[in-house]
Amino acid sequence: MALKGLDIFKLTPKTNCKECGSPTCMAFSMKVAQGALTIDKCPHMSAESLAKLSAATEPPMKTISVGENKLGGETVMLRHEKTLVNRNLYGIFLCANMPEEEIDKRISESMKVDYERIGERMIVEVIYVNAPAEQSPETCAALAKKAAATGRDLVLEAADADRAKACLDAAGDAIKVLAGAKADNWESFNALAAGKVLGVKGADLSEIHDTVEKLEAAGNKNLIIDVTGGSIKEAFANAMRVRRAALKEGDRTFGYPSIVNTARLAREDRHMQAALASLFTLRYGSIVVLDSMSYAEALPLYGLRQNIFTDPQKPMKVEPGVYPLNGADENSICCVTVDFALTYFVVSGELERSGVPINMFITDAGGYSVLTSWAAGKFSAGSIEKFFKEFDIDNKYKNKVLILPGKVAVLKGELEAKLPGWRIVVGTTEAIQLVRFLREFK
Amino acid sequence: MGYTVKAQVYKAAIQETVLGTGEKALTLGGMNTQPLCSFDQAWKNAPAVGVEVSDIPFETEGLPELAAFYAGCDSFGARVAKAAGIEGAKFVCLHFEGADPGGENKSVEDIVALAKEAAAATDLPLVITGCKNVEKDQAIFTAISDALSDRNPLFLSAREEDYKTVGAACAMANGHKVGAESAVDINLAKQLNVLMTQLGVAPASIVMNIGSAAAGYGFEYVASTLDRVKSAALEQNDNMLQMPIMTPVALETWSVKEALMNEADMPEWGSKEDRAVQMEIVTASACLSCGSDAVILRHPTSVKTIAAMIAAMA
Repeated sequence: MALKGLDIFKLTPKTNCKECGSPTCMAFSMKVAQGALTIDKCPHMSAESLAKLSAATEPPMKTISVGENKLGGETVMLRHEKTLVNRNLYGIFLCANMPEEEIDKRISESMKVDYERIGERMIVEVIYVNAPAEQSPETCAALAKKAAATGRDLVLEAADADRAKACLDAAGDAIKVLAGAKADNWESFNALAAGKVLGVKGADLSEIHDTVEKLEAAGNKNLIIDVTGGSIKEAFANAMRVRRAALKEGDRTFGYPSIVNTARLAREDRHMQAALASLFTLRYGSIVVLDSMSYAEALPLYGLRQNIFTDPQKPMKVEPGVYPLNGADENSICCVTVDFALTYFVVSGELERSGVPINMFITDAGGYSVLTSWAAGKFSAGSIEKFFKEFDIDNKYKNKVLILPGKVAVLKGELEAKLPGWRIVVGTTEAIQLVRFLREFK
Repeated sequence: MGYTVKAQVYKAAIQETVLGTGEKALTLGGMNTQPLCSFDQAWKNAPAVGVEVSDIPFETEGLPELAAFYAGCDSFGARVAKAAGIEGAKFVCLHFEGADPGGENKSVEDIVALAKEAAAATDLPLVITGCKNVEKDQAIFTAISDALSDRNPLFLSAREEDYKTVGAACAMANGHKVGAESAVDINLAKQLNVLMTQLGVAPASIVMNIGSAAAGYGFEYVASTLDRVKSAALEQNDNMLQMPIMTPVALETWSVKEALMNEADMPEWGSKEDRAVQMEIVTASACLSCGSDAVILRHPTSVKTIAAMIAAMA
């Protein structure tokens, strides 16, 4: 539980010596409580107080690295309270029990998903490889090797240490998480994990809690908790309870990211898996696993994730430039708007729906909406003129029709003066009206 | 130190609102836990899934399953009856797109006849959605309110521009339910509820539509508004934000590129129907996770899946 300023003040020498740079011990304590200063800035703190405080000021949830990605490190339950910091990862599920064709199908379908959306590359980040007791260590190792050939990070869940070892030998570098540690095997798994993240599972949260405590006592704090459980309801309860325990109840034992395997919760039901992946994107899944990932799942899920894991204080922006739509070329009409991501998506969607070839000019407006950026002076006749110069629009485009958002109709006169030869047309005030506007436009 | 489970149950609860009449009447709200957290305390009423049916048959190009589902339904009433039969559907949303003066511009009389036809086709509770044209919506809502006076329907929605007419004609005159529609902002949502109750609409007759977006299209605003409304309702016991929330998911998800683009134009994206269904499912699940008490969906597969998810979490 985070300490309040007053709790910290009680541990200071209360001499107001100013050596920490703050005018009083009280002011210093308040800054520490806010996280603006660290406690060791006070030279007079007793060793006992320091130990007490550094334990209390440790973040409630650890940040765990899986390959290039970071998981966990959250400080709030909901994004509006501050911000969520580390997006979840999506993975696909492969098991050595599956027929070879099914494994190949899942890999090839999922590897096709690779696209960019608002500056973020969207791919399946993780492949979850299950090495069950029914299959020989060699068969399991062959699957791990095949999965490693994709170049993606692997989570390996092994039934026992023999299978874990065989897979680690076959695909050691690709395996970033060794999962499957539980009450009866945690010591051997802990020894094998050596530097990799260790995934902990158990019959229920109480058992998992005990295993995590033992692993922490053995010095391993590089963990991830499998909250999947036996049913959808249990998985959701586990995910909620683990995160609440860490952030609201001060239980650092549960201060780790989570794995949720929807492939186990809704076997071969890709619709239910998509529903659950959405649920756990919002509610505390860190690695969310599905059978497979086609564009049908990826487009909504990655879009949702990108929305949820944005900082509420920073607008989402798209790159300024010319976006030709519906096969537009230099002879097509043009329109102009701002670089606020939501504006871009809504407007470009409607423009595409119209079927009319059109060049969409996205200007640098600081990532704000049309009216907000206009009010702030970031979307003006001047900024549009600057855009025309920067992208050499006047020389490149021959049609010379520019549609202006209806909400900034006031810019028309000034734009006509600044862009001689261009016909400035006031468009609609709402994106939804664009389809009819363009179809009727002459 | 072992782990002990702590239930998070609030003293305040979401208000209960009844839609429809008879055996199929549906009670929304009643939760005193965080969204979907039935493990903290069993739900009084589960969140509900409704099916959207438009007076203009859905465009089914590239949607063979949807086309097959409604095949042979040659009237609005037949489509409503078919939709009401989907496993897990708890209400039907009648979407009168055809009233749009910029579109088919059906007369108020025609719309009322369609509403009656729909009411005869199902005994599930009815939710009435208009064409987004404020004046026309007022006219058709007022007329339907009288025509369906024995069905206790919900009118989605009353907006800042027309809450007086809709509130008076639907809720106060006939005791129906009214959806207060605001644009993804907790303050606007609360203000409209306050205005409606000052007008004389009983709080128990109000359901909120706080706005919606498809996954990827600014859904962070929807999620945070839902999160904040539920926090205010439960933690701060704000009774002007305790109305149950209904989110018309289908109206958003079926008009984004992911659901509209034909497979021929974007072969790597695969089946259009597949994309449209998963977009609807992902968005609906996200709304429920953040606190929607009811969602409106279009595709039978989406309705079944989301209803099954809710059942699995009860």
